[in-house]
Amino acid sequence: MTDPATPGPAGIADVRPAGSDSDVAGLGRGKASAFVTPALLLIAAFLVFPALWLLWIGLTDLTVSGRTSVDVSFVGLDNYANALDDPLFRNSLWITLLFVFGSAVIGQNFLGFTLAWSLRDAARWLRAVVESLVLLAWILPSSVVAVLWIAMLDRDAGTINQLLDNPGYAWMIRHPLAVIIVFNIWRGTAFSMLLYSAALSTVPPSHLETARLAGASGPQTLRDVVFPHVRAHVLTNTLLISLWTFNDFTPYLLTRGEPNHGSETLPIFLYRQGIDDGALGYGAAASVLMLLINLVLALFYLRLLRRRPK
Amino acid sequence: MAPNRGMLAALASVGVLLAATVGCGSDSGGQNALTITANAINSAGGKNADEAKWIEEWVIPRFVEEQQAKGRTVRVKFQATGVPDEDYKNRIAKDLKTGTGADVVSLDGIWVGEFAEGQQIAPLDELVGADKVQAWDGWQHMPETVQRLMSYGGKQFGIPQGTDGRVLFFNRNLFEQAGLPANWQPTSWDQVLDAGRKLKAVPGVIPVQLNAGTSFGEATTMQGILPLLAGAGSAMHDGAKWVGNTANFREVLEFYRTLYGEELGDAELQQDAKGREKSFEKFAKGQVGILLEGDFLWRGVLNPTGGSFPMADRDTGVGWAKIPAAAPRAGVNGQDYVSMSGGSGRVVSPKSKNVELAWELLQFMNSPAAYEQWISMGGARITPRQDVNAEVLGGDPMLTFVSEQILPITSLRPALPEYSTVSKAMQQATLDVVTGTSPADAAAAYGKAVEEAVGKDKVASD
Repeated sequence: MTDPATPGPAGIADVRPAGSDSDVAGLGRGKASAFVTPALLLIAAFLVFPALWLLWIGLTDLTVSGRTSVDVSFVGLDNYANALDDPLFRNSLWITLLFVFGSAVIGQNFLGFTLAWSLRDAARWLRAVVESLVLLAWILPSSVVAVLWIAMLDRDAGTINQLLDNPGYAWMIRHPLAVIIVFNIWRGTAFSMLLYSAALSTVPPSHLETARLAGASGPQTLRDVVFPHVRAHVLTNTLLISLWTFNDFTPYLLTRGEPNHGSETLPIFLYRQGIDDGALGYGAAASVLMLLINLVLALFYLRLLRRRPK
Repeated sequence: MAPNRGMLAALASVGVLLAATVGCGSDSGGQNALTITANAINSAGGKNADEAKWIEEWVIPRFVEEQQAKGRTVRVKFQATGVPDEDYKNRIAKDLKTGTGADVVSLDGIWVGEFAEGQQIAPLDELVGADKVQAWDGWQHMPETVQRLMSYGGKQFGIPQGTDGRVLFFNRNLFEQAGLPANWQPTSWDQVLDAGRKLKAVPGVIPVQLNAGTSFGEATTMQGILPLLAGAGSAMHDGAKWVGNTANFREVLEFYRTLYGEELGDAELQQDAKGREKSFEKFAKGQVGILLEGDFLWRGVLNPTGGSFPMADRDTGVGWAKIPAAAPRAGVNGQDYVSMSGGSGRVVSPKSKNVELAWELLQFMNSPAAYEQWISMGGARITPRQDVNAEVLGGDPMLTFVSEQILPITSLRPALPEYSTVSKAMQQATLDVVTGTSPADAAAAYGKAVEEAVGKDKVASD
């Protein structure tokens, strides 16, 4: 509710001039800080403090239990050096990049766009059916879909082996990375499809008609007419789904990173180091590295997004 | 000067936040309130359900009653947990560190060293008082080896609540089909391999299930590598050094290679995220010939009443044999047969506000009456008290066998803080071998990993 004595906008405006000592301005500054303080405190308590704490832990040899739990030693950048030198960290980074590139950048993007493009002129019922089916994979809780996939792919009791009459084929052990890639494509395509459906509706039908009359082929139309319109959508979508996939923990429910770290993405690596093994310092350092990689990824896409198409 | 309304509001909001924070940390327990925690949950099929049931339905009401009789009103709460052991360990580690956890905490004997080094647990003598601890009459019924399950650096940190032993279980029905004797007792590793080769002729059967790999976690170490290592003549830690890339360790890996190379074991099952449960299920279904396991398999898994994979004909269909050394007298201490034992126990949290009452509860939970009740509710088990074992194990030939013949020849894991790191490196070495790396290469990688983890001077290699 607005206080009639000090209208909000005026109060805020009064705060701006530095050094103003009028009563109204003083009251306004106080009011503003009263409004802002709880939010700032909350941000400090739940965002800044944990982030700083994480940075600090990453510089120590803190573990959940054991020798260092009481006398934590400052180890400087050792954890970072160890992580970069750790074959398991490098393995999980590589796995993560393959996972992100295969399932998000290529898989979800391509399938999402293809579905959106194919469905744009489809009958309403067909569109509804396809969209519902694709959305179903997206809205189901991670735990549920993981259980479903395990039930499908299990070597001994999996339905896929039963259907293929191929008993004993261990999908998750022989192709762990492929399994989590296909899983993530299956699961995440819905978002891309919806976003591209919306994006494609912004392409003026007259442009498509002109291209058709000019005798442009399908790929030419896509490249020269459709893509310039949806470029920003593609980049935004790619950024979003890459970051989500990069940080996705669902593969853990499916394969636990096994076998032999063959599907151990960075979040799984972090979990195993920090939680399973209780190496909090090392886990914190690795998570800071992961955050940096995320930032680089985001900056790369944002740069692409800001660059004007020629 | 008139108070600044804005500043007051800001201070008020800080106050509210602080109050909320402080409120979260306050202890709701009163002077005579206790909490027990264990990795157990009282639900059908829940983890260690019998223990949870026993605590909730017998220990707590009877202890409260007993205290009432002394004119003291106490409240005891059970904090049920039913998660993988590593998660439970992390949970209680945090609880013990922050002082937010239970007063009486159940923990695996192997964690004692780590928690003691971290000062998350304290010796009973310091916590309760040496005279009071020594006054407990339960110690005299507990063999020293069993007491050691809850000790570290010569100090007793808690009371053991149970121990176990490892044997080779075998399926008598499959043995009959393979032409093997019903009272099988191999005297060397070769004889185990020979039996596996005969069992391989029976269709649809995994001849030998010897845990390997990282998916099986600690089960690989305890029910795989360590009994074999003891059979080859080595301990994991000889009191001064950890076993590294040694001839004995390579011999163990060589055995793994023979077993999995000849497909006497199922290499893929070892990499399955649910491999251990599946190996239990397959054994219960009569699809595994020989399985190296602890007596937990007998009482907790195959138990016709309440087991996770009950086997109706367990008592007639399942046989057991001592684990042979690689060859007669080649085992640790020159033994013919070997085993490994673990066990857990309970400690009093050093941050407990009611240490004395918690110690009373701990004694109560380790009284003969309490064990007898637990066994009557959850089935026979090897207790740390010989007086109780003598009374209650008579009806169970398998557990009597473990108590009488396995415990005297068994080895314990080193309760040292570095244990889990070395254990993981061992698991990785077996995984490497099972998936095709040569034992020599896997042992070399293992030796290097252990040296990096604990320091070269603390690792033996030859």
